[in-house]
Amino acid sequence: MAFVALGQGSSGKSAAPTKASRVAFILLAPGMIYLGLFFLTPLVSLVITSLKTASFSGEIGMYDYGFQVSNYAYALEQYFPQITRSFFYALIATLMALLISYPIAYFIGVKARNKPMLQAFLLTLVIAPFFISFLLRTFAWKQIFSNESPATQFLQSIGVLAPDQYVIGSSFAVIAGLTYNFIPFMTLPIYTSLERLDTRLVEAGSDLYATPAQTFWKVTFPLSLPGVISGTLLTFIPISGDYVSASRDFLGGSDTAMIGNVVEANFFRIQDYPTASALSVMLMAAIVVLVSVYVRKSGTEELL
Amino acid sequence: MRFSLGKWLLPTYVTLAFVFMMIPIGYTFVFSFNKVEKSNIAWKEFTFDNWLNMCGQPVVCEAFGNSVAIAVISTLISTALGTAIAIALGRYKFKGRSATNLLLFLPMATPEVVMGAGLAAQFLNVGISKGFWTIVVAHVMFTLSFVVVTVKARVATLDPRLEEAGRDLYANASSVFWRITFPLLLPGIMAAAMLSFALSFDDFIITQFNSGPETTFPKFVYTAAARGIPPEANVIGSLVFIVAIAIVMVVQVRASRKAKKLRS
Repeated sequence: MAFVALGQGSSGKSAAPTKASRVAFILLAPGMIYLGLFFLTPLVSLVITSLKTASFSGEIGMYDYGFQVSNYAYALEQYFPQITRSFFYALIATLMALLISYPIAYFIGVKARNKPMLQAFLLTLVIAPFFISFLLRTFAWKQIFSNESPATQFLQSIGVLAPDQYVIGSSFAVIAGLTYNFIPFMTLPIYTSLERLDTRLVEAGSDLYATPAQTFWKVTFPLSLPGVISGTLLTFIPISGDYVSASRDFLGGSDTAMIGNVVEANFFRIQDYPTASALSVMLMAAIVVLVSVYVRKSGTEELL
Repeated sequence: MRFSLGKWLLPTYVTLAFVFMMIPIGYTFVFSFNKVEKSNIAWKEFTFDNWLNMCGQPVVCEAFGNSVAIAVISTLISTALGTAIAIALGRYKFKGRSATNLLLFLPMATPEVVMGAGLAAQFLNVGISKGFWTIVVAHVMFTLSFVVVTVKARVATLDPRLEEAGRDLYANASSVFWRITFPLLLPGIMAAAMLSFALSFDDFIITQFNSGPETTFPKFVYTAAARGIPPEANVIGSLVFIVAIAIVMVVQVRASRKAKKLRS
């Protein structure tokens, strides 16, 4: 899978590339022109749209080209809670996904190493959620968290929840849904790192009288770091822009909206394209800054 | 005591994690058998009707058909474009390699809502009305990088001496490609195509921004969620799941047989 390949970074030894850059150009041109036209220029379009001004005609959804930087101030001011909430949810959900995924990845990659059948079976289970539409999966959580569900009623009967307290619509429900949907993106890259872990290094650690915990934190975990980093990125980035889990029609409530929900509402319902675009540009900028700081701090720049 | 706890802690935790991961899949499957009057939120009564009459809600089947058509077309295009790029990256020296890598990495590191809104803003500014083909354009865009990464991993394992041998035997460039390079890359290309198909088929966010009035299966589910998703959607979701798992199992059994053959 691509995530697995991404987890390996650029470690694949490419057999000495050979001459003939004209052939390379012919091979590269169509795809790169495509990305230029439909990935890069749209980002420029986004910036242009974010600076548009309301149309003179005053018609809803009509805007003129302009240079209205105040759109950004407006978006920040208006939607500051949703912006901070997005990154907060994304952070918690990423950490939760890491806590759930690391032991899974460790078990499949290290403990089940000598049992290829078990390994294959468990890997299939890891990617199984991919095969059912993620909207249906999220909707299933809505059913599980719903007020009539046995789970909610059980929690109310044992007193964890008050009789008038519900799970659906809470931050907990949204974060649980986000965590669930992105577990495979976390597990697969960590698995690829751990799968190649040389167990003799771990043995060396215990031979030198390190406790299992010491061996884990000093040997195993650092060696799996490339996988942890690509896993956290593959989880954090899509979660920060997600708007399905937080939607009121799924797991969210009146105060769980994230940036994605606001962009969606501004684009479709309010038709305020400049604000929607300004929010998207800010999200992208924040991600670029966060990712480059994170990657530099963790010292794995070759990953990119 | 401590020893046995340590021994059982990890397997127990992993088992619980897998149970957690399977719960929503089980729910989707079980609720495809629910007799629904108003909404499919709570369990009422067991019935086969939804399965026997899965196109009873005609919109569901139409949306499903659209999703399959879009996934097939966009997969064909992105696999062709992506394979060419992967071969260029793995086989040739050229200027601007790091810029190329960056441009390929960026779409994988961009939130979908940004790509979706960006492309939609572009269609809006240029004045293109959205529909089936704008979805295809969007899907090729965001699946392309995943195809490149997957095929590139395969190109890296390719022995260049095999192609040299072909050339030494006076095969021309195109027959070297079609008779040697392409067959050796085929497993990687197939994996990339399957991944691209799955990504396109299940995409919602980018699709919503670039679909206009056109409906796809995920878009249908999203819109229906406000009123309650009809059980027919659960039937189609479960069917897709069963087919996909069957394909994965066939692929894995084949791969393990091949590995056995190679060992013996």
